[in-house]
Amino acid sequence: MRSFRFAGLLLLAVGVCAQAQSPTYGLGRAPTAEEVAAWDIAISPDGTELPAGSGTVAEGEELYVQKTCFVCHGLNGTGATAPRLIKRDVGEVDDPWDYGRVLPIRSPYATTVWDYINRGMPLGMEGTLTPDEVYSIVAYLLFLNDVIEEDMVLDQDSLPNIEMPNRNNFARVPDWFPGQPRLEGYPY
Amino acid sequence: MSSRQSDRREFLKRGAALAGGLGLAAAKPASAQLPDPEGMIVGTDDLVAYGKRSRFEDSKRIPHGGRHSPDAFGLDFHIAAPLQESVGVITPSSLHYVGTTRGSYVPDIDPAKHRLMIHGLVDRELVFTMEELRRFPSVTRLHFIECAGNRSRSSHTTVQETHGMTSCAEWTGVLLSTLLEEAGVQDGGEWIVAEGVEEVKGASTIPVNKAMDDCILCYGMNGEAVRPQQGYPLRLLVPGFEGIFNVKWLRRIKVVDQYYMTYNDYGHLTQDPATAALGYQIGPKSVITFPSGSQRLPEPGFYEISGLAWSGGGKVARVEISTDGGRSWQDADIRGEPQPMAHTRFSMNWTWDGNECELQSRCTDELGQVQPSRAQVAAFWNQPPDQPVRVKGQDNSIQPWRIDSDGNVHNAII
Repeated sequence: MRSFRFAGLLLLAVGVCAQAQSPTYGLGRAPTAEEVAAWDIAISPDGTELPAGSGTVAEGEELYVQKTCFVCHGLNGTGATAPRLIKRDVGEVDDPWDYGRVLPIRSPYATTVWDYINRGMPLGMEGTLTPDEVYSIVAYLLFLNDVIEEDMVLDQDSLPNIEMPNRNNFARVPDWFPGQPRLEGYPY
Repeated sequence: MSSRQSDRREFLKRGAALAGGLGLAAAKPASAQLPDPEGMIVGTDDLVAYGKRSRFEDSKRIPHGGRHSPDAFGLDFHIAAPLQESVGVITPSSLHYVGTTRGSYVPDIDPAKHRLMIHGLVDRELVFTMEELRRFPSVTRLHFIECAGNRSRSSHTTVQETHGMTSCAEWTGVLLSTLLEEAGVQDGGEWIVAEGVEEVKGASTIPVNKAMDDCILCYGMNGEAVRPQQGYPLRLLVPGFEGIFNVKWLRRIKVVDQYYMTYNDYGHLTQDPATAALGYQIGPKSVITFPSGSQRLPEPGFYEISGLAWSGGGKVARVEISTDGGRSWQDADIRGEPQPMAHTRFSMNWTWDGNECELQSRCTDELGQVQPSRAQVAAFWNQPPDQPVRVKGQDNSIQPWRIDSDGNVHNAII
């Protein structure tokens, strides 16, 4: 009787395990909520990870000089050593792709611009910009490229909703499965 | 004491006397009739601790991609491996190619302080020390890595310039699937974002199908710890995918529900679906490393043609060689057992008659994908014949080498 009950408990335990997929090795520890928040810097297109804060075009214009962005990117977003930040002067175009490979105009999502400046700029002083400063610099760059109006305030709600010109104007990477050729119908 | 031990002790004593009395490199036996070495290499504590190659070997990497490495500030950009001197399939760690997102300092990481976090759409968020990662069941596999910019141009003179942004090493670590199963991927977890610790914190979005298939969190490379330039203490291997996916100095993996369009992902952005697909998984590819550009055959006669073949689609199934500019082909010998997504050495016995000729190699992988000539690529995409061929996505086109009648080898790409 006792062993029968034990078997029942065991079955119950196995059932629970299968459902929750309990760990096999039991190594590692759970991160704290603070650790996750501090490390979680990749920003999704819908902006889930964007921190609180806000910024304006005017503040961004000042920061562009103050934070020495202009030294590498040029006072007008071009003409210096680093990649250009203002769309090519090609007049009115049918396809916004033609503005060139310029992050704040080509990127399908404003979140990519925010993310890259936040993680990777300024060169040699990465990680020193506050969220407010990043929102402001992004606002300035998007304004320079005629994506937003001068009075727009960027924050975690407004930034992901900016309709970038190439929002639906790029090729998705293909679904990937093991053992699958690179491109159907392409023999090479 | 046994007589064997006593012999050994006697031998050591004599050896010590020899080393003490004749320690100079220039010492030569007086009675030598046989050719002598140039000298002796005097043992040092450093050489005992960690050996080095002969002073007569000078195979070395070179800066690549039109920008010097290191730059004035000590940042490395792209560095190409000397495939022209390679033998076998393993690239020595010191000669393995290096690619960076935008030029980078190499992070100097104390492994005792390094952590890997797995979080996002998982049942259990987890943080691991390196010590804990080494306790998991491990795998050891040969895999190549190749940079998306490994593109042969007519201005390139050597195979190091045309193809040096690929290398192959023996990688050891934990399968990413092991850790993702430990964390428990939730419904909707279709992608992972993998991120490093260098100053730009390079991050790439990778399909969870791939993550669960064969990706490895590597702490070992060619029998020792992964080198700093390759991501010490932890690098992600994404076999067969373009180089930038193989995140170095790996700190974080987040399981997510959508393509994140990180800056690295943005770097691949294109309007053409074919280019997007062909710049993702690496195609069947090969190159002859001997004889190759800027080398010289000293005289007509016997040579072994030798080269490397690989594919992001799996194992190399076949390599063919042409010595007449692609008009006729013969099967090359595969040296060793081909491994999935690994460089595979091929060779062919050949007698050069001293006439001008053109060598090519062509790889077929286990999926049946065949390495194309540039003319085949142009024809497939109906590219105008009067313009230079543009291979879509990653360049896996056939590399032609022309051998002049004086034995000099040249890049024959037009």
